[in-house]
Amino acid sequence: MRADLDIIANWIQPKQQVLDLGCGSGLLLDHLIKTKGITGYGLEIEEDAITECIRKGINVIQQDLDKGLDNFEDHSVDTIVMTQAVQAVKRPDLLLDEMLRVADEAIITFPNFGHWSCRFYLLFKGRMPMSEALPFSWYDTPNIHLCTFKDFEALCYDKGIKVVNRTVVDNELKDSWAVRLWPNMLGQVAIYHITKR
Amino acid sequence: MPTEIPENSVGIVTPQVYSFDEPLKLRSGQELPAYDLMVETYGTLNEDASNAVLICHALSGDHHAAGYHSSEDKKPGWWDSAIGPGKPIDTNRFFVVALNNLGGCAGSTGPTSINPATGKPYGSDFPIFCVRDWVNSQARLADRLGIQKWAAVVGGSLGGMQALRWSIQYPERVAHCVVIASAPKLTTQNIAFNEVARQAIVKDPEFHDGYYLEKDTIPKGGLMQARMLGHITYLSDDGMALKFGRDLKSGKLNFNYDSEFEIESYLRYQGERFSGQFDANTYLLMTKALDYFDPAAAFDNNLAECLKQAQCKYMVMSFSTDWRFSPKRSEEIVNALMEADKDVSYVEIESDKGHDAFLLPIPRYMQVFDAFMNRVASNQGLI
Repeated sequence: MRADLDIIANWIQPKQQVLDLGCGSGLLLDHLIKTKGITGYGLEIEEDAITECIRKGINVIQQDLDKGLDNFEDHSVDTIVMTQAVQAVKRPDLLLDEMLRVADEAIITFPNFGHWSCRFYLLFKGRMPMSEALPFSWYDTPNIHLCTFKDFEALCYDKGIKVVNRTVVDNELKDSWAVRLWPNMLGQVAIYHITKR
Repeated sequence: MPTEIPENSVGIVTPQVYSFDEPLKLRSGQELPAYDLMVETYGTLNEDASNAVLICHALSGDHHAAGYHSSEDKKPGWWDSAIGPGKPIDTNRFFVVALNNLGGCAGSTGPTSINPATGKPYGSDFPIFCVRDWVNSQARLADRLGIQKWAAVVGGSLGGMQALRWSIQYPERVAHCVVIASAPKLTTQNIAFNEVARQAIVKDPEFHDGYYLEKDTIPKGGLMQARMLGHITYLSDDGMALKFGRDLKSGKLNFNYDSEFEIESYLRYQGERFSGQFDANTYLLMTKALDYFDPAAAFDNNLAECLKQAQCKYMVMSFSTDWRFSPKRSEEIVNALMEADKDVSYVEIESDKGHDAFLLPIPRYMQVFDAFMNRVASNQGLI
């Protein structure tokens, strides 16, 4: 089992209603339905991923996250999850506001631009970093707002968002002692559990 | 006629009449004492009747949804792109039921049928139907066919309204509901279009208050105008421009009122063809049913509250350039379903074909449809 899915599942209470932003092919929702008995919907824009969700019986709604979450009432879901999508939206700061309007809690994962490999790449090659977590060239990447863990935490601080829990995993989405020791340098993917302060 | 019937066609099909003696009480307060329904079925009903799919038709549709009536048939049924072996509504798996709604003009009891009380065609005396009345008549048909619960009720446009109504009215009888290019109620603009179409018909000198058959005539001009207007609203501006542009029939401007542009002659042809086949009173009745549909009205206009009673899983689809039933309207249904905590998936299909797209074999549309119907089959234990 992918470590990040298990970590996220541990932070979600059974039977909750969950909204998964950028749900992909529904892997996480499927896991949460099976292990936690949650109900919920995934929002996705990529066509093949949507079809895969439908085939699996995952509730998926075609929706562009850049257009906000206007169709959801305040506090209408228990937990909002967004894995590996925050860096691809136009205004992550506004989306964060939206997420904590619609749900009381949010769980977010994103690739860490402060990882040593990125720093190394830029320092020695003088080019925009590419890695397994960030496999795109600078001109055709869907990731338009890359940030480091420190950047994200600064944004949370500015917005009065409380970080309840934070875990960092490596590129294989595994947890390790070294990554925990020096997350911003060694962690490739961060998993944040946040609420309104 | 296709030189050869394609392999993925249901082939030659024969409609069948089902007669009902029990009176049908209607929303309007009127009653239809006895009636016939014209029905086509494709595939085979399985032993526990768990594979039945109901197809609800749109304004000008009927029971002939797939296959050919004879080897001389030029065109297959109206939804042949979606129904057949290997198609989304796979007749190797599902038993498909399609009928002509009451008030229609393709064999079911309607304004052209003989009114037993007078011995003459019903004409304007035929009662006005609402979507829920059709659903009630379809439920009786299901009883007759031995179908307690539909694996899926499926429909586009006015058919989508029927599917939605089914899920509210008979929640225990619907397992899945597919609502395509539809709306929870018409917009004011839509009602306005319908009214223009109706006025074109009733103002035709041959209409005779709806008793035109007794006078041995039909309001052909009015019906043609109504259809031309409808046709424009079912296409998109871009799609029409792409197909016809401003092309001239004779290659030059003639400065008269004949049809000069290609689009004019196309619309005239479509209107002409339709007015020779379709009944004017049926057109009035179907557009009225569209106007009246508003299931949330009885729930203080709260659609989510109305949909809470449903028990099925939903698939909602819309088309990007459909402005008569725009994606926004489908999203209203989807948002209400999510608010009501129902299982729902939603897709907006990219297409330049406007409202008519729901009848076309657009690859992405067929793919999504197929994925959902696969799920239906799996949930029903058919695969």
